[in-house]
Amino acid sequence: MNATTLRPDLRHIADWITPGASVLDLGCGDGALLAWLAANKDCRGYGVEIDVASVTACVERGVNVIQSDMEAGLSTFEDKAFNFVVLSLTLQAMHNIEGILTEMLRVGRTGIVTFPNFGYWENRWQLLLGRMPVSETIPYEWYNTPNIHLCTVYDFERLLKKLGMWSTGRVVLHQGERVEFLPNLLGSLALERFERA
Amino acid sequence: MTRSVGLVTAQKAVFDTPITLSSGATLPRYELVYETYGTLNADKSNAILICHALSGNHHVAGRYTESDKVAGWWDNMIGPGKPIDTDRFFVIGLNNLGGCHGSTGPSSIDPETGKPYGSTFPLVLVRDWVETQARLADLLGIHQFAAIIGGSLGGMQALRWTISHPKRVRHALVIASAPKLTAQNIAFNDVARQAILTDPDFYGGDFYQHDTLPRRGLRLARMLGHITYLSDDGMGEKFGRLLRSGEYKYGFDVEFEIESYLRYQGDKFSDYFDANTYLLMTKALDYFDPARHYDGDLVKALAEVEAKFLVVSFTSDWRFSPARSREIVKALLDAKKQVSYAEIDSKHGHDAFLMEDEPYHAIMRAYLNNIAREVHA
Repeated sequence: MNATTLRPDLRHIADWITPGASVLDLGCGDGALLAWLAANKDCRGYGVEIDVASVTACVERGVNVIQSDMEAGLSTFEDKAFNFVVLSLTLQAMHNIEGILTEMLRVGRTGIVTFPNFGYWENRWQLLLGRMPVSETIPYEWYNTPNIHLCTVYDFERLLKKLGMWSTGRVVLHQGERVEFLPNLLGSLALERFERA
Repeated sequence: MTRSVGLVTAQKAVFDTPITLSSGATLPRYELVYETYGTLNADKSNAILICHALSGNHHVAGRYTESDKVAGWWDNMIGPGKPIDTDRFFVIGLNNLGGCHGSTGPSSIDPETGKPYGSTFPLVLVRDWVETQARLADLLGIHQFAAIIGGSLGGMQALRWTISHPKRVRHALVIASAPKLTAQNIAFNDVARQAILTDPDFYGGDFYQHDTLPRRGLRLARMLGHITYLSDDGMGEKFGRLLRSGEYKYGFDVEFEIESYLRYQGDKFSDYFDANTYLLMTKALDYFDPARHYDGDLVKALAEVEAKFLVVSFTSDWRFSPARSREIVKALLDAKKQVSYAEIDSKHGHDAFLMEDEPYHAIMRAYLNNIAREVHA
C-alpha cells in the first residue's frame, strides 16, 4: 500500500505521525490508516470500533482492533499508552465531547481529531437562507443526522483552551486540498493536532 | 460451507513417563485419545490444537460412520472451507486427562488395582492439561502450534498455554472465556457438585463397583448448567411459557416446554457422562487462576507471552460475560501484547460459541486466514 491509496484526510493525519510511534485510532473503520502506518512508518497500534463488520475488516488487514463503545470511555487503555490518539470524523457524533478529548490525552500524548467545519461558507450560506446546512462533509438532513455536536474550527480551539489543551497543528481541507486562506470560511474539513498545555 | 472432514477415526497415545500433577499426585502412566483433521505440512507449522470445554471431547469434527446422526461438537467451525480450514491446517482435538471419552480418567481401570480409579483419581488442573497436551504435541512432532483455540474452559487452556509455553504458541483464540471464575460462577459449580456428591448412588465416587450411576445428581447438575448456558431472552424466545398440553395440570409432572427440554438434556447427559469427570472438570474451572502465582496480577503472568490473541465474547453470555473477556484484553494490552477483541451480538448466551453465526464465523475466518498466510499453510 502507498500514500496515494489513503483518503486525503487520513494522509494528512499520517503526515503528522512520527515513524515508529504507537497509535490508537478511535473509530478506525476498516483499519486503513493503521495498516498504512504499519506498512510505511513502522508504527504499532490499535483500532477501536463499535461495528463488528469493521472489526472483521481490521482483522482481515492484520490490524489489532478492540470492539468497544468509545462513549463508555477508554478504560481498557492505560495512561500514556500511546504516542498518538486519532479520532477521525467521529467527534461530531459523540455525546460527551469533553470526556473523549480528556480521555484521548490521558491514554496518549498527542491527540488528532478531524471534523466537518461548520464554519464552511456553504453551511453559513444555507443558514442565511433559512435552511439547515447539507453539504459534502455534512451530508445528512436535520432529521436523520447522527451529528449532534457540530462546531467550527474556532469553536474547537476554544474548547481545547477550556480543557487546558492547545492546538499544535491545524490543517483545513476542501475536497482533499489544503485551504490556507480564510480556512474557517473556505475549508469544509478540519484536522487538529493537540496536546496538554 | 457444507463440506465436512468426512469420516474420522479416533487415535490413542500412550504415555509411560509419569506426570506429577499440580495437586502433588502422580500418574505413572496415562492415555489420551485424539483425532486429527487435515495434513501436517513439511515444516510442521500448520498445526492447530482445539481445547474442549466442560463436557467436550476429542470428537470435534466429522463423523465416525455414514449413519452417525450427529457430527463432532464443533463441526460447523472446522472442516474444508470452514473458518478453521482443514484444507490448510492440521487440526487436533483431544479428550483431556480425567475425561470420560477414552482418555485416562476416573472411569478408567487403574492398572494397580484392576478396578476403576473412581474416588482415587487425582484432580487435574488446567495447567496439567496443558502439560499433557504438550506431551501429545511432542509425540506428533509439533514444536509450535499455529494456533490454540478454545471456548469457555477450552479458552482457559489456550490462555494457560501461552503462559506455560510461550514459544510453542503463535496465536491463541480465547472464546467466551474468563481469566478466572467469579464467586457466582464457582457457586453454580458447587451446586452442581453437591447434586452429584449427595446422590445416594454416587458411593463416594466408587459407584462403578455398585453397578449403578448417580443419574439423579448428574441430571440435576446438567439441568442447572444448561440454564446458565442460555440467556433469559434466548430461553424466552425458544420456550416462553409454552405448555406441552396447552393447559395447567396442577401437578409436578412436566408441563412447561422448558421443563421438558431441561429434563431431556439432563437425562441424556446422565446416561453417557461420567459423574467423577464432571466433578473434576468443574474443579479445574474453579481452580483456574493463572495470576495466582504472580501476586494476583494477570499482567505479570502474561509478561513472557509471545502469542498474539483473538479474544471473542457474546453479548448475552452471562456465565462468561463480555466483561470477563475484557479483563483478559486489558491485561494483554497492559502487558503490551498483541490482541484483537470482538464482542458478538448474540441471544444464545454462553452456548453462542458453539453456534453457527455469520459475524462470529466471519471474524474467526479472517483471523485464521492471516495465520494461514503467516505459516504458509
